[in-house]
Amino acid sequence: MQKKLNIGLLIVIAILLLVPFIAPNSFYLDLAIRMAINAMIVLGLNLLIGFAGQISLGHAGFLGIGAYASAVLPTHFNWHPLLAMGAGALITGLLAALVARPIFKLKGNYLAMATLGLGIIINITLRNEAQWTGGPDGMPVLPMSLFGLEIYGDKQWYWIIAAMLVFAVWASQNLIDSPFGRALRALHGSEVASQVVGVDVVRYKVSIFVLSAVFASIMGSVTAHYIGFVSPNFADFFHSIELVTMVVVGGMASVFGSLVGAVLLTALPQALATFEGWETVVFGAILMGFMIFLPKGIVPTLAAKFGKGE
Amino acid sequence: MLAQFLQFLFSGLTVGATYALAALGFTLIYNASNVINFAQGEFIMLGGMLAVFFTVSGFPLPVALVLAILLPAVVGVLLEKLAIEPVKGAETVTLIIITIGASLVIRGLVQVWLGKSTFALPAFSGEEPIQILGATLMPQSLWVFGVTAVVVAVLWYFFNRTLSGKAMLATSFNRTAAELVGINTSWVLFMSFAMAAALGALGGILIAPITMTSYDVGIMLGLKGFVAAVVGGLGNGLGAVVGGLLVGILEAMGAGYISSAYKDAMPFILIIFILFFMPRGLFGGKSTDRV
Repeated sequence: MQKKLNIGLLIVIAILLLVPFIAPNSFYLDLAIRMAINAMIVLGLNLLIGFAGQISLGHAGFLGIGAYASAVLPTHFNWHPLLAMGAGALITGLLAALVARPIFKLKGNYLAMATLGLGIIINITLRNEAQWTGGPDGMPVLPMSLFGLEIYGDKQWYWIIAAMLVFAVWASQNLIDSPFGRALRALHGSEVASQVVGVDVVRYKVSIFVLSAVFASIMGSVTAHYIGFVSPNFADFFHSIELVTMVVVGGMASVFGSLVGAVLLTALPQALATFEGWETVVFGAILMGFMIFLPKGIVPTLAAKFGKGE
Repeated sequence: MLAQFLQFLFSGLTVGATYALAALGFTLIYNASNVINFAQGEFIMLGGMLAVFFTVSGFPLPVALVLAILLPAVVGVLLEKLAIEPVKGAETVTLIIITIGASLVIRGLVQVWLGKSTFALPAFSGEEPIQILGATLMPQSLWVFGVTAVVVAVLWYFFNRTLSGKAMLATSFNRTAAELVGINTSWVLFMSFAMAAALGALGGILIAPITMTSYDVGIMLGLKGFVAAVVGGLGNGLGAVVGGLLVGILEAMGAGYISSAYKDAMPFILIIFILFFMPRGLFGGKSTDRV
């Protein structure tokens, strides 16, 4: 088991090392960076959907909080970007915990409704508080600096984000194999049964939700600094749906499925550029098709076919 | 002061009636299948857009309106047959994602077909506003109130006085028991989707002359209808109607007295409060566990 996991991680590292040398120009490097950022958000979201069996329809809202914390605090209040990123993560974590605690005491999928509402409120707030956020037009973001050095250029960003991704994959694998991860899988299987054997269901669900929200917030900050610009579209409902689609396509409850889903769906809009106007239809059809014909997603289905677990 | 209050009340009730119809659609489908149909908003959009399309194509208004209700009903049935029935018994997350996918497909197709412009449907009976205690009421609002009231009465009669309606109710209480007494539950599922889609489309048609319509109005209208259904206690028909009106009034009052910029946020703030303090909604029954 342990050995197989490491092979997966080594493959990820090998691919990440190769990309800068096979990417013909900065367009592809930029695409790779976006894929890696999405992969990290999806890793967090997949922990929630795949392992805790709960869906968040407002994850882009958390992304938006992180992105705007990194845009607003350094610009208007002269905060250091790292401090701003931390503040965004903290606000997101507190907000997620505040919302999740009462919701998870209820049966059924009320989290979908609560996160949906929360995401829309965040988006509307970002659009309306124009004196801070630039309103619907968005605002520029100051560059990130580490130890007095500014990070700029695709190459620098690529290595930083690649390192983050490797760490995120490794951490997710460990989390899933830890007692915490086992408890999560148990409560996805049967909530009542896991309660009987002593799993504090509410606490575990709240922690995984907060964790995935904080993941999204930090990646929102990273995206904001990388692109150098934020707009309310970061936090809109459709973006939340895109993230859920990545989880579904790659495979729920699969670490490498998250990566595959993020890579495929980040590339999809580029591939669809020739089908101007049909993007929404294709996205919807993919969602429905996967849920009906391949509900486990690509990676778990392939893994089952070739007779080895992940 | 009173005039202003009445003005907000009228506009709240008008849009609230649409939410109520959408919420009834959510309720019907939820009761028949436990599916939260995130494509409900697209039926509202389809109603308005098709009504515009058929009137512009030269059909007389009544014919255009009937077509604009029937076609979405067919779409609803297709959704049920092609996407919901094949995954019977799937997890809630799966079903939510399928209906979200369906909503994207419907919205995308309409966008490709009719474009991204905003359309207005002519009011059914003139644009001459009616003065009531200093507030103005559009004749179209009367259509909205009247038709919604008739629909609610018909639905009440259907569910309480006809065998088909009682069969649908029985299925929502206990599917297995309903099947055992000989109710065709797949017919019930079929009917629920057809009726839900038709109700949504009707709401979309009624409101189109007041708020205009475009390919993307379904998202917000649907989500607010959904909030209304939850406020009323998901699965409760009367609750859905009251919830719809309440959400509409709250939104109009909030926009008028607090902040019009945050108008669209009001229903969602409401739903978070409801989930916190009254998780079963205003009219929801006691919760039961299925293990």
